Amino acid sequence: MTAHHPFRLLGVALEARASGALWHEESRLLVVSDLHLGRSERLARRGGALLPPYETRETLARLDGEIEATRPARVICLGDSFDDLAAAGSLDEAERLWLARLMAGRDWIWIEGNHDAGPVEVGGAHRAEVSLGPLVFRHIPQPGAVGEVAGHFHPKVVLAGRSHRAFLIDGARVILPAFGAYTGGMRPDDPALAGLMAPGAMAVLCGARAIPVPLAPLLRR
Amino acid sequence: MPALPPRLTDWFAVQGWTLHPHQMEMLSRADEAATLLIAPTGGGKTLAGFLPSLAELGETPAAGLHTLYVSPLKALTADIRRNLGRPVEGAGLKIRIEDRTGDTSSHTRRRQRADPPHILLTTPESLALMLSYEDAPRLFGDLRRVVVDELHALAESKRGDQLMLGISRLKALAPGLRVVGLSATVEDPPALARYLAPAGCGVLVADPGPDPDITMLDTDEAPPWAGGGGRYAIPAILEEIRRHRTTLIFHNTRAQAELFFRDLWLANEDNLPVAIHHGSLAREQRQKVEAAMAEGALRAVVCTGTLDLGIDWGDVDLVIQVGAPKNVKRLVQRIGRANHRYNAPSKALILPANRWEVVECQAALAAVRERDLDGEPRGRGPRDVLCQHILARACAGPFLAEELYLEVLGAGPYSDLTRAEFDACLDFAATGGYALRAYDRWQRLKQTEGHWHLRDPRAASVIRQNLGTIIGTETLAVRLRGRGLPLGEVEEDFAATLTPGDTFLIGGEVVRFDGLRELTVEVSRAPGRAPKVAVFNGTKFSTSTLLTHRIMGMLQQERWPELPAHTARWLALQRELSRLPSPDRLLCESFPHDGYEHLCIYGFVGRNGQQTLGLLITKQMEAMGLAPLGFVATDYATLIWGLEPVVDAAPLFDAATLREGLEHWLAGNAVMKRTFRNSAIIAGLIERNNQGRRKTGRQASFSSDILYDTLRRHDPGHLMLQITREEALRGLVDFGRIEDMLARTGGRIDLLRLSRLTPLAAPLFLEPGKVPVEGAGRERLVAATAERLMAEAGLG
Repeated sequence: MTAHHPFRLLGVALEARASGALWHEESRLLVVSDLHLGRSERLARRGGALLPPYETRETLARLDGEIEATRPARVICLGDSFDDLAAAGSLDEAERLWLARLMAGRDWIWIEGNHDAGPVEVGGAHRAEVSLGPLVFRHIPQPGAVGEVAGHFHPKVVLAGRSHRAFLIDGARVILPAFGAYTGGMRPDDPALAGLMAPGAMAVLCGARAIPVPLAPLLRR
Repeated sequence: MPALPPRLTDWFAVQGWTLHPHQMEMLSRADEAATLLIAPTGGGKTLAGFLPSLAELGETPAAGLHTLYVSPLKALTADIRRNLGRPVEGAGLKIRIEDRTGDTSSHTRRRQRADPPHILLTTPESLALMLSYEDAPRLFGDLRRVVVDELHALAESKRGDQLMLGISRLKALAPGLRVVGLSATVEDPPALARYLAPAGCGVLVADPGPDPDITMLDTDEAPPWAGGGGRYAIPAILEEIRRHRTTLIFHNTRAQAELFFRDLWLANEDNLPVAIHHGSLAREQRQKVEAAMAEGALRAVVCTGTLDLGIDWGDVDLVIQVGAPKNVKRLVQRIGRANHRYNAPSKALILPANRWEVVECQAALAAVRERDLDGEPRGRGPRDVLCQHILARACAGPFLAEELYLEVLGAGPYSDLTRAEFDACLDFAATGGYALRAYDRWQRLKQTEGHWHLRDPRAASVIRQNLGTIIGTETLAVRLRGRGLPLGEVEEDFAATLTPGDTFLIGGEVVRFDGLRELTVEVSRAPGRAPKVAVFNGTKFSTSTLLTHRIMGMLQQERWPELPAHTARWLALQRELSRLPSPDRLLCESFPHDGYEHLCIYGFVGRNGQQTLGLLITKQMEAMGLAPLGFVATDYATLIWGLEPVVDAAPLFDAATLREGLEHWLAGNAVMKRTFRNSAIIAGLIERNNQGRRKTGRQASFSSDILYDTLRRHDPGHLMLQITREEALRGLVDFGRIEDMLARTGGRIDLLRLSRLTPLAAPLFLEPGKVPVEGAGRERLVAATAERLMAEAGLG
């Protein structure tokens, strides 16, 4: 078993990484979804729980690690990169610099999510969605789409009594797990998610290593 | 010495009452600044504490609050009001006695603050609240006496620490205040006296009275191998209820009380009037039982610790303790409920709930006979309570740090607090500590011209709502749907596992879960359905050090004539097949069973300590590649299972490694997080209540877990983490007892490699509360499961 899980989507060779990022070696493309930067700040601003404001650094550190490991030419953040538009503006100086350093020298695309619809005040390109060969990258999966790489649902599955962040992969699409810290998760049998994946879909568990499992037996109650 | 009002002495004479010697003595010590009275239950302690007040108040007292009485239980204040009311009204004294607790209406509270009674009966939490109001100096300025009841019980928890801080504040508001502490028999009276008044406190010990009549209840059926509740003995207990006037049946947990009560009711063919009483039941329900009890209308009450303290209800002539008492002092207290008269022996029966408890009950009986009481020496006053006190003090008005520091030193638990420690608590109360400075909301205190005060006076109401040191498991109210009748409450974690249609037990009846409406569990009655286990817990006590030592002593005997034959045979078999644990050695058994390897460690360090040992040892095993999968702990042993056999135990018990594990690894564990959460709530870092909107336990623990992890990573010196580490030595983590065990056994570890499970280890397999271990073993299982699923899907 390797640390990461290679697979093909419409013939494109991809790698589901143990961290929850998706890697396309041929174009040196790294894809991450649902960073939710600035989450604690937004929760505090809205009178919710007061979480210490460190999760942004935590997420940036994870992202830094993946960028260090893969040296991508291009990074696509698949939406909900910021917990809301104001959160993007409220990053502190150190976090802003850190992000700038990660972005420097590479092509960086922010896909719009439901949390961060609209341009944000950091560099990079902003797109509703991006196509690349047969693949399309967007935030919210669309029923019936083919060759789709998306996020939004933060999938998590339970195996051997433990919950794991997971990729959901079938012949037509891949749904990425959330990459950000302090984010919750959704079971694949949730009605919102259940109809999307074809029979025979796989889950790839994140953790110390990527572990592929057929999805169907995990759905049984 | 002040004299009692003649009308009162006359009334005593008419009733045929004569004062006990210790009651007279309290009167003659009336002018001493502090006195601790130690007397057995039924010894007229409370009256002794009030006699000086009655003497000073006289027949027609002037207006104003004269005496404050503080007890740990709301029910106790109501009880005292009745009992003290009798002589006062009987003698026609014009003394006003009122109580003020969390149950008192806001209208009455306001009236009490404007026009206080002569004697006010209250709880530590209500006192803390009263002291946090701006008018505290006016209300308490003329206070003359404080009476603290059940001091021994209060001193065992942070409620006592909070109360001592409160009394110190009262002394500053009312110079010349005299303090009386009332306590049941304790193991170290001078230590308790220092706790009450470090500047000096007289101790008066009353005659302890006759020995109790206490035996183990013999049953035809042998107790089960594991579990609690003692339901196997219901026929024998019904027989005892029939033979006595009123029986109290004590259980260690609420869930056990509920299950027992239901089965008792089903077996109660004579329709004897029996009832249930515990802290999870709605107040209305409890009051109904209390009233019926006072009228003598009940033959038996199934109850938990809520009835533990000095409440005197009617003619109880038998107390049955179900399950091992875990603690000799508590047993003595409970026995005191029977035959509540000073000179008659109390009658009690003790019922072991399982085979192991037969041994434990026998050891407890021997300790009671020898008047050998247990008690752990108290640590220094916990600083989370001090943080709360500082915030509450700020609510009452501006203060000078120097003055508050001196006041705090006057409280027994804090008499050796350094100025630096105090300043750190003040800084925390003011700013939230380094990591949280960034948030405006944490900035709570500000210093202006030397005086500390609330930065935003509106914060006072939130601080007041969060006063108190009792951190229960979060609970949800249970109500009958439609009629809105309150039945009681269940733990939130339990409620979360319910799906509509599930049934469970509460208040002795089976109800069906209909749904969750905001913070209320809606149910309807479902008689006759088999209930799901009621998971809501009372406290899980650890067996005391004294009792575990006595048990280990018993295990060394050649034979056990005092034990029933079934239990003696069981111990003998263990000796034959393996070995019996001894005090100066650490016994470990290693054996394969049911496809896994097992390690059983007989540490005898109590449930919490064995649990911690399980966490630390499995971590060590993980590092050594032994792939542990999980463990379960009882008061005397931890059973670990995994994929590889343990063949050398010594490296697992290296004291330095264990201590390091506590510092680095256990620090990330849920037990520590829970410890942190409790302290963070007390210190005001996390709010329990905000303007009446209660946070659910899930929300609170979510944010506290993240807070904890973050502080650990970014601000490891934070005051709250220091407090958490201190707490870890006792309480939930109880590492102190592990240290004691390591010292006691001094590296003498016996690891027996056996071919099969042993008699003493067998009951552990039946214990609930198994803890899974996350690690290589689990990963191997995950990988194996994934591979199997892949293969089954033809993808392997």
